[in-house]
Amino acid sequence: MRRALALLVFLLAAAVAAPVAAQETIIASMNQNRVSITADFDGSEIFIFGAVARDAPVPEDAGPLQVVIMVTGPVRPLIVRKKERRWGIWVNTESVRVDAAPSLYTIATTGELTEILSATDRLRYGIGLDRLVRTVGEANGTNDVPAFNEAVVRIRQKSGLYAEIDGHVDLEQETLFSTAIALPSDLVEGDYTVRILLARDRVALGVVDSVIAVRKAGIGRWIYIMAHEQPLLYGILSLLVALAAGWAASEAFRLLRR
Amino acid sequence: MQIYLPIAEVSVNLFLLLGLGGLVGLLSGMFGVGGGFLMTPLLFFIGIPPAVAVGTQANQIVASSFSGLLAHVRRRTVDFRMGLVLLGGGLVGSAVGVQVFAYLTALGQVELMVTLFYVVFLGAIGALMFVESLRAIRATRGGRAQPTRKRHTWVHHMPLRMRFRVSNLYISVIPPIIIGVMVGVLAAIMGVGGGFIMLPAMIYILGMPTKVVVGTSLFQIIFVTAATSIMHAVENQTVDALLALILLIGGVIGAQFGTRIGMRMKAEQLRILLAMLVLIVCFKLAADLVLTPSELYSISEVTE
Repeated sequence: MRRALALLVFLLAAAVAAPVAAQETIIASMNQNRVSITADFDGSEIFIFGAVARDAPVPEDAGPLQVVIMVTGPVRPLIVRKKERRWGIWVNTESVRVDAAPSLYTIATTGELTEILSATDRLRYGIGLDRLVRTVGEANGTNDVPAFNEAVVRIRQKSGLYAEIDGHVDLEQETLFSTAIALPSDLVEGDYTVRILLARDRVALGVVDSVIAVRKAGIGRWIYIMAHEQPLLYGILSLLVALAAGWAASEAFRLLRR
Repeated sequence: MQIYLPIAEVSVNLFLLLGLGGLVGLLSGMFGVGGGFLMTPLLFFIGIPPAVAVGTQANQIVASSFSGLLAHVRRRTVDFRMGLVLLGGGLVGSAVGVQVFAYLTALGQVELMVTLFYVVFLGAIGALMFVESLRAIRATRGGRAQPTRKRHTWVHHMPLRMRFRVSNLYISVIPPIIIGVMVGVLAAIMGVGGGFIMLPAMIYILGMPTKVVVGTSLFQIIFVTAATSIMHAVENQTVDALLALILLIGGVIGAQFGTRIGMRMKAEQLRILLAMLVLIVCFKLAADLVLTPSELYSISEVTE
């Protein structure tokens, strides 16, 4: 009985949703799906563009089409600490372990994000700075976990790692869209997700995900791999380089003085 | 020109790093301090993650200290015998210090403790040196002879005496070993070579001549920081070879100039300058502890 009821509700919902969502699908591409971090890497820009394909005309009573494009970096756990004044000096007191905070998070939209998408859909698709940081881990001596989450967003917004740029996506004739997302120079290696979402009347119509592989390259990559796979050899080599440089400078100056 | 550091995972200006290395190298050569107490805070300031800054600057200090040491060896201003005695104590001390550091890291208070250590030690040593050098300069100006360094203190009445020819001393090995151990502990906790603690200890407690002190302390610093650097590379993978290379290019050149400047200056002038430098760093760190920070929260990566 309960299952039949659920089915009925589902059918009803589908029937209501169908006319609004007139089968609009996203065809998208990027100018690059690999970013190489070389020693002289100074940030990069990804150009994301695409079109919306329709098999039926848009109903006349439907609202304007909206596009949200989001780039998310690899998720790493963090510890957030709060300072408090104790005995006259500022001391780390409370701390919260944040299990999932992306290293980079940029959203570009065709308009005001909260007006484009309902709170439910923003939560479902993980869109919006307020939906970003998840704390599943332990809080150490605090009950005010949201304040710690807000701090992560605030600090990273200030350093340019998190951004929400309303109106940054160009949309032509409700069909062609494009945007340019700047990647800062302080990129972390990993797979970055690009999520493109279409919305109408604050309801998500469809979503497409693709991946940008950000990898170290050249001498930087060589150093990174060596440091992690042969740490002792790496440490000794670094020391030898340091001693050689010290000796070379000393000799060079002795020659110069002659 | 920006350069991406593979271990630190940040991008910084190449010339800024060269300049930093050069400045710290210059001071290192002049005063015979490794310069870690300056380099570590400066690297934090330009956005290098603390763990990488501490791990990497040890490596850079080896380079500039070695360069400075060679200049001193040529002038025969290194007391190798004293250096070895101090080093013996230093290695024991740093092994203890590393354990303390690990414990504090687990508590999440390592940053505070390091800063407190800096403030207390830099403040005490800086003030002591400043007052003493000022007195020495006044004494010379007043026409009186400079007070001689060779005073007979408790150091001279202990067993296990040894002759240190270069320093012109005949004292017990116990005080140098104790100094070595203490410097080693502090050096490991503060992530520095410990020259700025050892120099005054050598001058005021052991009574070594100032000119010999600089070379001898460089000698000891090289070995202690080399051990620290390898430990960081193996334990934490926080030595950034590219960052170290850039810093040391600036550093070794700076150290050579610094050594030459140091040779031309009088010992009292050298000491009073070092004292002022130490006090400035101390005040800056103390201010950071007391003043209300603009951001109460801080983020640190979880290293597993």
